[in-house]
Amino acid sequence: MFRTFGFEEFWFILLALRWTIALTAIAFAGGMVGGLVVALARTSALPMLRYPAVALIRVFQGTPLLMQLFLVFFGLNLFGFKIDPWFAAAAAFTLHASAFLGEIWRGCIEAVPRGQFEASWALGLGYKDRNVSVILPQAARIAVAPTVGFLVQLLKGTSLASIIGFIEITRAGQVVNNMTFQPMVVFSVVAAMYFALCWPLSLFAKRMERQFSKALAR
Amino acid sequence: MDQGITVLCRSVIPTRRAVGVLYTFNFAPVFENFDQLLIGAVLTMQLTVGGIVFGSLIAVPVAAAKIYGAAPLRWLASAYIEAIRNTPFLIQIFFVYFALPSVGLRFDPNSAALVALSVNVGAYSAEIVRAGLLAINLGQIEAGKALGLGGFQVFRYVIFKPAIRAIYPALTSQFVYLMLTSSVVSVISATDLAAAGNNIQLNTFAAFEVYLVVTAIYFALSLFLSFIFSVFGRWAFNYPMAR
Repeated sequence: MFRTFGFEEFWFILLALRWTIALTAIAFAGGMVGGLVVALARTSALPMLRYPAVALIRVFQGTPLLMQLFLVFFGLNLFGFKIDPWFAAAAAFTLHASAFLGEIWRGCIEAVPRGQFEASWALGLGYKDRNVSVILPQAARIAVAPTVGFLVQLLKGTSLASIIGFIEITRAGQVVNNMTFQPMVVFSVVAAMYFALCWPLSLFAKRMERQFSKALAR
Repeated sequence: MDQGITVLCRSVIPTRRAVGVLYTFNFAPVFENFDQLLIGAVLTMQLTVGGIVFGSLIAVPVAAAKIYGAAPLRWLASAYIEAIRNTPFLIQIFFVYFALPSVGLRFDPNSAALVALSVNVGAYSAEIVRAGLLAINLGQIEAGKALGLGGFQVFRYVIFKPAIRAIYPALTSQFVYLMLTSSVVSVISATDLAAAGNNIQLNTFAAFEVYLVVTAIYFALSLFLSFIFSVFGRWAFNYPMAR
């Protein structure tokens, strides 16, 4: 009656890995754009830009990712969009990533020595030149490790999309588990796939962090 | 559980007219069932406090094992930390609730939630505690001994307290994050705040309003927790910095 967990089942889960990666990639790409805007607004001298950014970050950091996902999922419907797990998940994770990357990058921008800002003012650089040629390149170097760290968090977070019916590997694992009823094997396989994706990224983040602290120590 | 999710997704479709921005919010069903949300919030806080207590009980020995332990113990501690930190909490809780019964460990949903949360936060906190222990200067320990403190006193006043002080902000934000993560336990039918929201939503179809209020409660809880932690920190570590 039950199927046993074999190659076919494994393949089914492995194929669903595409959607985990695709969702992560979309959210991360969108989050990089949104995060840059949030970070620049958050570090802006204008209170009109700074306070909304502060509020956005507070709200996203102070509420569960699952609730953010539900609110976007059900909220899109209120504005006349059809309920679609793909669109809702992509939108929710993009917003989530924008707020978190915004806060991470704010820290990186503020970590650039104050003298660099003053020097660029003294050189008469405008807002765009100051950021593009002086501040952001230096902040980017600091940002690599925490950004990759957040990517790991985001990748793990996409498992929650399974709850709104988005088929990625957690959902595929549940489906296979319902067919085979071998939860130990199935969830071990799913966990191993997440691990195979996340661990190298974590190691990379740790190495970058160590390199950076060594560079600072000099 | 699967059926629950399907119902959750389908239930809203027939009830929503595509009214665009003309949608009128209806919070009445949410506030009629507000007591359910409060009961759920109490369980969320219980899970959080339980997770903090058991997570810390896991974190300190694991961190100590990773620094001071013999090689196999060190590997074991690293394996635990890396395994938990590189897999989603959702999978961990499925593992505890669905897979462990097949080896004879059966939990009811709320206990499974507590177990999974403790194991999860234990790994994250272990990494933080480890950083704190590494930050303790060896000379400080010698100074403690020279002052005539016993072994336990040295551990308590010279190693533990300064270590906790150094990592207090990181540790407490991890605990707030634990409270937010606990919303995921609703998927195994634990009866926390998010689950209370799901129930009301299924009965009233006011999904957006319900989750808006639930999210607001989570937000209030996280502000409340941060506040408590900062007050406690100011009281417990109320002595001047070394430098």
